[in-house]
Amino acid sequence: MQIIFYIAALVAIVSTAMVITRKNAVHALLYLIVSLLAVSVIFFVMGTPFVAALEVIVYAGAIMILIIFAIMMLNLGQASEKREKEWLKPRTWIGPGILAAILLAELIYTLNSFSPPAHEQAIIDAKDVGMSLFSTYALGVELAAMMLMAGIVGAYHIGHEKQKEYHRYLQKEEEL
Amino acid sequence: MIYVPANMGLLLAAILFLLGLIGVLTRRNVLFILMSLEIMLNAAGLAFVVAGAHWMQADGQVMFIFILTMAAAEVSVGLALILQMHRHHKTVDTNVLNLLKD
Repeated sequence: MQIIFYIAALVAIVSTAMVITRKNAVHALLYLIVSLLAVSVIFFVMGTPFVAALEVIVYAGAIMILIIFAIMMLNLGQASEKREKEWLKPRTWIGPGILAAILLAELIYTLNSFSPPAHEQAIIDAKDVGMSLFSTYALGVELAAMMLMAGIVGAYHIGHEKQKEYHRYLQKEEEL
Repeated sequence: MIYVPANMGLLLAAILFLLGLIGVLTRRNVLFILMSLEIMLNAAGLAFVVAGAHWMQADGQVMFIFILTMAAAEVSVGLALILQMHRHHKTVDTNVLNLLKD
């Protein structure tokens, strides 16, 4: 039954590779959603159903919708696709690609030397997570709430358009 | 549920993280950079959940929830910044943002 994990992992890797090579932003976003769903399958298979549900709802649902809205507001068309093709030359990605491959080889080597004993895994459901979240990590929850508040205020402040039309006295002053 | 070796889970997290890193390093469109950042954050969360499942503790999932929260806040502020950049410079190319150069 382990084959389910490997299939989902393969789907995740392939679709992530497609995300970073697409020219059209919407196509990349769709591949990113496929990748997140594959990771969600992996979470479910590993016996962490709560996190699998969160991955679908928050990542594939909320965050991706936010990016779709941004793409629609930016209104990137055919011209940007052509420009992307110009930017994505082998010269630009071969250096980072080689360096990342070296890092990956080192990681594979390290992970091969670390072989944990195979033992039974148990399903950790939402109740256990909630007990831990609101007892041990209660301070972290409050900090996360403050960070979300700061995110809302910051996004509003940065994102809102500056007032174009001033009061007529102010307009006169600007002309002077 | 089935048994997933922790090695393979961590390896998958590492591959996804490095793919996201390549995306951040090579793309010039700021939108793609933000998407690659999401991939990297998701890979970090995957590593936490794999470790938590291996030791049968809930802490890994708690950390994943915190990462999720942070990713949501980060993407909202990042998209606001991209919209401002598009409004001021009429482009999404990061190489245009060199106003501090001279």
